[in-house]
Amino acid sequence: MAPVTLKKLVKSYGNVDVVHGIDLEVKDREFIALVGPSGCGKSTTLRMIAGLEDISGGIIEIGGKPVNDLPPRARNISMVFQSYALYPHMTVRENMGFSLKIGKVAQSEIDTRVNEAAAILDLEKYMDRRPSQLSGGQRQRVAMGRAIVRKPDVFLFDEPLSNLDAKLRTQVRTEIKRLHAKVQSTMIYVTHDQVEAMTLSDRIVIMRDGHIEQVGTPEEVFRRPATRFVAGFIGSPPMNLNEATVADGKLVFAGGQSLPLPIEFRNKVAAGDKLIFGLRPDDIYPTGHGLNSGEATDVHEMELPVAITEPLGNETLLFVTMAQREWVSRMLNPRPMGAGEMVRFSFDLSQAHLFSPETGKTLRG
Amino acid sequence: MDQNSAHRLKRRGLKFLHLVGLFIAMLIICMPGLWIVLSSLRPTVEIMAKPPVWIPQDISLDAYRAMFGGAGQGGIPVWEYFRNSLVISITSTIIALTIGMAGGYAFARYKFKGKSGIFLGFMLTRAVPGIALSLPLFMIFARVGIIDTHFAMILIYVALNVPFTIWLIDGFFRQVPKDLAEAAQIDGCTRWQAFWQVEFPLAGPGIASAGIFAFLTSWNEYALASQITRSVNSKTLPVGLLDYTSEFTIDWRGMCALAVVMIIPALTLTFIIQKHLVSGLTFGAVKG
Repeated sequence: MAPVTLKKLVKSYGNVDVVHGIDLEVKDREFIALVGPSGCGKSTTLRMIAGLEDISGGIIEIGGKPVNDLPPRARNISMVFQSYALYPHMTVRENMGFSLKIGKVAQSEIDTRVNEAAAILDLEKYMDRRPSQLSGGQRQRVAMGRAIVRKPDVFLFDEPLSNLDAKLRTQVRTEIKRLHAKVQSTMIYVTHDQVEAMTLSDRIVIMRDGHIEQVGTPEEVFRRPATRFVAGFIGSPPMNLNEATVADGKLVFAGGQSLPLPIEFRNKVAAGDKLIFGLRPDDIYPTGHGLNSGEATDVHEMELPVAITEPLGNETLLFVTMAQREWVSRMLNPRPMGAGEMVRFSFDLSQAHLFSPETGKTLRG
Repeated sequence: MDQNSAHRLKRRGLKFLHLVGLFIAMLIICMPGLWIVLSSLRPTVEIMAKPPVWIPQDISLDAYRAMFGGAGQGGIPVWEYFRNSLVISITSTIIALTIGMAGGYAFARYKFKGKSGIFLGFMLTRAVPGIALSLPLFMIFARVGIIDTHFAMILIYVALNVPFTIWLIDGFFRQVPKDLAEAAQIDGCTRWQAFWQVEFPLAGPGIASAGIFAFLTSWNEYALASQITRSVNSKTLPVGLLDYTSEFTIDWRGMCALAVVMIIPALTLTFIIQKHLVSGLTFGAVKG
């Protein structure tokens, strides 16, 4: 059980910096997800915490002590790899007990702890098989078992679900959540899948190009994205983001179509400002088919043609053309709707976001 | 006859032809070996007979008796040659494997300057015909004064085998995913332990086969050994074969008998190690 602190952490390969001095505090027993597109430095950061990559600059502390000089084995961590990295020449039991055997723990103690972990993960039936005789999901569980048995201070997960098929992924995701509730350890989880990050973690760290864009609870990063990048990255389908210019208390888009300036931002922008307007699909809906219908405080309505519909059963995604761009709208309690139909849409501007086009930062302040 | 039984008949026919073909191929491959064994048991008259006598008439173990009977009976110091061969082959194989493992691992796991150049250089050394090296080697070794020693032969065979073992072992280490060594390090291993506990067992079959190749090369090599070895001090079995030729006659039977004696240890070793050559051991480590 230990907090993990990154101070001005830098990783460079030759002259190329891939992690640019990031600061992060992971609290004891916290589940934190590092998320971002590939190449954003999240895996490198995790591997530095694990001790598998040298640290080019800055300090990593685990449990309050700097670990920069410690080899992986001395950091008391466990890691679940994307590829599982099970030892193919050992049985499941040997795989799970390997770290204890290396640590010269008594055999009776090893058996107890391995059996305990096997029970948690429902692996008892497979203990004498080799990894090659297991399915992908089972291998994944063995990899987690191997991590648990060590009773580490910190669990590290490096995209552990990306080799599983979609159905299994949901299942194992729940298992990881359950595991965290049971073992109560600090967990750091790297993924490029924002859904995994949202569902699993206490806090999310969104990274891009070796920088941290935002750290916050799933609720915070969804409701109050700090940057345009976070706004576009978190949420599915992604937020509608379009350039606009402020004029006469309105946001004017390309082609001249406009929306009123959201009340919240009226004092924060001046006429002539160029900015990025963002609104989630949930906040654009055919009038009467929205999440907040009736309660929303800053709604603007307008008629627009529907270009494409994507029915999903409980909801339908509508692609709407406005200001020469396609906007996505989410219709709850859907009614049948055809392409080309003119529909009255509500824009819930109380949920709108404005970002500076230069810095990408929110104008909410 | 319905369609199914016609199909079955056709399949059986093809299978029969397949077996006949395999038999002929095997016969061609095995014939020289069998002929050596047969010749070692027959008198020279029968071996040299024209037209050949296919079915042996007069079988005896005389050649073997004479061979192990000692030098006194016009025999050949087979035991000494055998010992020389064993000492030289085993020592050079162990050294070549050790260097091959270190080198192969380095090539598989680390990046360094001139890596591909060095690798190519290793391969190029294999392009030089061994016999072309014999004269320079002889001159150097004569100056240094190590002609006709085990040391000289071991040195040559190590040099001959190292590029090949590195190349072979490199390939096997490449097949062991890097994640495994990293996982082992996180599980509490030092870099060194991770190698012996995880990477070595997984590359084991490859290292074993490199060992077989290295051993057989040293065991069977003739060209260089015939130049560098002079006496019972260091003569190996392939060179010893030549003892059966004298000015006017060649004792074919004795030579074949010695060849059989040479084949046996090599064959035994290969069989013993082959059991461990279970391939595909790395399957299941990562997504598969």
